[in-house]
Amino acid sequence: MINHWLAYILIFTGVTFDFFGVLGLVRLPDVYNRLQAATKCVTFGSAGILCGVFVYFGFTPAGFKALLCTAFILLTSPVAAHAIARAAHRSGIPLAPETVVDHYAADEEEKG
Amino acid sequence: MNRWRWMAGLILILVLLGANFLCLTLPLVYRLINILLFCVLLLMFRVARGPTAADRIVAVDILGILITGVCGLLALTTGRSFFLDIAIAWALQSFIAALALAKVLEGRRLND
Repeated sequence: MINHWLAYILIFTGVTFDFFGVLGLVRLPDVYNRLQAATKCVTFGSAGILCGVFVYFGFTPAGFKALLCTAFILLTSPVAAHAIARAAHRSGIPLAPETVVDHYAADEEEKG
Repeated sequence: MNRWRWMAGLILILVLLGANFLCLTLPLVYRLINILLFCVLLLMFRVARGPTAADRIVAVDILGILITGVCGLLALTTGRSFFLDIAIAWALQSFIAALALAKVLEGRRLND
């Protein structure tokens, strides 16, 4: 019974993180800000939900599938976010007007 | 004008989430699934209204991760484990799609 309560706590945390991540995706002013908020929060949110499913099912095949899916999300989502941010900056999408520093453009100029 | 839009969005969020929590006979897991589907609705707003192409790519990437969480909750609700298979396949597909779309946005050859 105790692991059901633990699973529901994990799942509720994950759903909360998902909601705030998507709210940041809607509200923030820029592609890069949106990418940052959405990727951090939604990755932890869905990974939290799947961790909760693993705790709920225990050491059964379904639980191991949930654990595998968690590991897969935690490995692949930062790679996809990095690729999207790099492609957006290279294709010339402008930054928000409130931006104070852009190190990547300075590095590109320095390199040639 | 801006304040009126802000108030309209706040009222929309409060009405939908409040209707979710005021329905007394609904089990807890279904309420969590409803919150995730509401997040998908906000993502659809970003896909339709995104100012640049990178916003739409970010939203589609995050949509795949959210669907993974929904599949985990469906597996917990129905007690069947094939939803977790769907979750693993969807996460893989979403990762590959995000990498390919980033490559297209960057505008170079695919064999680079």
